[in-house]
Amino acid sequence: MEDEAFTDINGKAISLDCQSHSGLCREFTVSSPKVSVGKVMVYTCCVWLLAYTVFFFTENTAVLSSAILITLLGMMLHIHFVKVDHESLLVIGSLGIQVSSSYASGRETTKFIEMSKIKDIVINEAIYMHQIIYYLCVLLKDPSEPDAVSSVVPLFQSSKPRLNCLVKVYKSCQEILSKC
Amino acid sequence: MVLKIFFPQCCNRADSGLLVGRWISGHDSAVVLAVIHYPFIPGQVKQYVQQMQAKSGVELSVLGSWSLPKEGQEGMESFLRDLSTIFPQQRWLQIHREIGKTGFTCEVLNRDQNGRVVQQETKKKSKKVEEEDGEAGGDKEEQEEEEEEEKVIFVHYEQRKVMLSQLHPIQNGVPDPKTDPPSELRQMFQTVATSQPLFFMDRYDDGPLKSTHWQSEGREASIIVELLKQASVPLCLLISWLLSIWTWICNIRIFSLYPLRWLSSKLSTCVQLSYKTEHMRTLSSAKPAAGHTQFMRKANILVSFLVDVALGMLLISWLYRDNHIAMLANTLVPAADHVAKELDELLQWLMGAPAGLKMNRALDQVLGRFFLYHIHLWISYIHLMSPFIEGILWYGGLSACLGLTFALSLLSDMVALLTFHIYCFYVYGARLYCLKIYGLSSLWRLFRGKKWNVLRQRVDSCSYDLDQLFIGTLLFTVLLFLLPTTALYYLVFTLLRLVVVLFQGVLHLSVDFINSFPLFAVGLRIFRPYRLAEGVKFRVLCEEPGTALHLLMEINPLKFSTVVQMYRTPTYSCYPKDSWAALVKKLFVGELIYPWRHKTIKTE
Repeated sequence: MEDEAFTDINGKAISLDCQSHSGLCREFTVSSPKVSVGKVMVYTCCVWLLAYTVFFFTENTAVLSSAILITLLGMMLHIHFVKVDHESLLVIGSLGIQVSSSYASGRETTKFIEMSKIKDIVINEAIYMHQIIYYLCVLLKDPSEPDAVSSVVPLFQSSKPRLNCLVKVYKSCQEILSKC
Repeated sequence: MVLKIFFPQCCNRADSGLLVGRWISGHDSAVVLAVIHYPFIPGQVKQYVQQMQAKSGVELSVLGSWSLPKEGQEGMESFLRDLSTIFPQQRWLQIHREIGKTGFTCEVLNRDQNGRVVQQETKKKSKKVEEEDGEAGGDKEEQEEEEEEEKVIFVHYEQRKVMLSQLHPIQNGVPDPKTDPPSELRQMFQTVATSQPLFFMDRYDDGPLKSTHWQSEGREASIIVELLKQASVPLCLLISWLLSIWTWICNIRIFSLYPLRWLSSKLSTCVQLSYKTEHMRTLSSAKPAAGHTQFMRKANILVSFLVDVALGMLLISWLYRDNHIAMLANTLVPAADHVAKELDELLQWLMGAPAGLKMNRALDQVLGRFFLYHIHLWISYIHLMSPFIEGILWYGGLSACLGLTFALSLLSDMVALLTFHIYCFYVYGARLYCLKIYGLSSLWRLFRGKKWNVLRQRVDSCSYDLDQLFIGTLLFTVLLFLLPTTALYYLVFTLLRLVVVLFQGVLHLSVDFINSFPLFAVGLRIFRPYRLAEGVKFRVLCEEPGTALHLLMEINPLKFSTVVQMYRTPTYSCYPKDSWAALVKKLFVGELIYPWRHKTIKTE
């Protein structure tokens, strides 16, 4: 597949990787932009300058050591719980859809949705802050009423790709879903 | 159509043979459970499968054949095809693997109504649909040319993990298949879990059939476990006998008299005791746990009880070493004295001009003297008690062998008894303050020409006489000017009371935490993550062109937060029943606050 340049809703470059394992199984991986060093520097400097001003007035060294601890802990928590490195969508025809996101620290969360629960995959609109964005989502069936939609599982939640990327994923998903 | 075959990982390298498993009804999928090796007598295989079916209650059948040819074993094609006539099935799978290749190839033989066997080649390259003119075939019709190519997905699973795991959310009982058909994965998990009798056949058994499936490697501690199981029966009997005696004692009439019952509902030790009794009754019941939820509940209770007792023993070993008890007792009396002295000083300060406020002197003096007298009473009470405190502590410390929670509840009760004077001050202050607030509010209504209608529960307008208005206004003024003095006393004693309530609340919370934390479930989640499954996750295994898609099914363990939430042992909840705003409102109006819940408002 030719590599198009995709961007997320903030205009940062993201990359989409489509892997076709067979006619029935395709994997899409969206990698988010990396953390910029400048941002880390700014946050760290802010905390340390603040700590130093407090230290200047109180002359208590515990302030400085706690500032170091806070920055380290904050970084660890950030890469473990917040920063998503890449999100992937594995569509297996007639079996189901697996959504997984792996964090920068290597932690992975996975969710598998069985085909019998899935109604469809659609591109939806949402109001996000002050703009309207598109997102891909899986519609789940209501077990009691076959026509109703019980809930919606949004895909690629942390790296929010733009419409052109979503359309590409959507088309190949529908191709597989229509086969079975 | 896509055919899904759940294939156990342990059969990957098995010798050629027959596949035994189950077709999942409603879904186009098959679960392979075991491979029965050549040579066999077909009659024995049929008998064995029927026997297993009766034992496990799973609709077992022979699914097809499995071949992994070694050197010098060629030309089995026709033999394999013939096998399908021996075991008549709707569909017959021929799974084939070659040495040196990772992928499998699968051929599906469909048998239609005429008893004719139709074979479909599923190798992707050769898309021919072959017509088999075999056994029953007289008429050669051109058919099923238009039928789509059948695709196969292999899902490899680890038999042991799937067998032992419990898929969440738990379904209790048998759900109605019409309203809520169980999903494919759930059926697959159930099939593997219920076909345990199939896995009992050992590799080294000298029977007519040899098979490959998951088999336990033997457990080292199994003898100890068996012995413990044997020992647990008389132990349970003993405990239940002791419990019956205990409940008989508790049910004696003298204990159900009014003051004792009221007291026991307020003392956290008694509450703890009844709670533990309930737990022990659950543990010692002779019936085996029905279902996963019951089992987990029992295990959680047992583990937290053991941990509780172990912590209690630690406490005891600390208390009774180096005469810590005497030290505690010796510090307790001076501490109580010190508190009393501080209170005394506080009252003296309040009786003067606290924080520069000018109080109503007469009322201030009266209130101060009243409380001072109370403190005097209290100190004499403490001094009367002081020789016995060491003994009380000594015997109270013994209660820790029933568990740390018990010792903590006892501590909470002792704190409540030792700070009884603070409670008394608080109640007096609150009552006075409450009276004033109510008086002021009703007089304020009089001021505006209104009154509270009790019958209709609302404020009505009312015309008062001049005398009534005069008296009312006078009383209002008096109450208003006396309010700051009372409010100050109320404020100080409420703060003191809040400190005590906070301490007791922390104790209750920790007791509740020890009692309700699902230690067993969390341990299971840490050391055997597959036992509590939230779902599954798939990984694409290998892609060799020309073979079917291979997926590896792994078990997705439950999140820790869900584990704690789901398996928490329900306890009497001692969390404050009202929100912070309600608490502040209560404090402002002068209603009494308690660390315990009232029985009437108790909610589960």
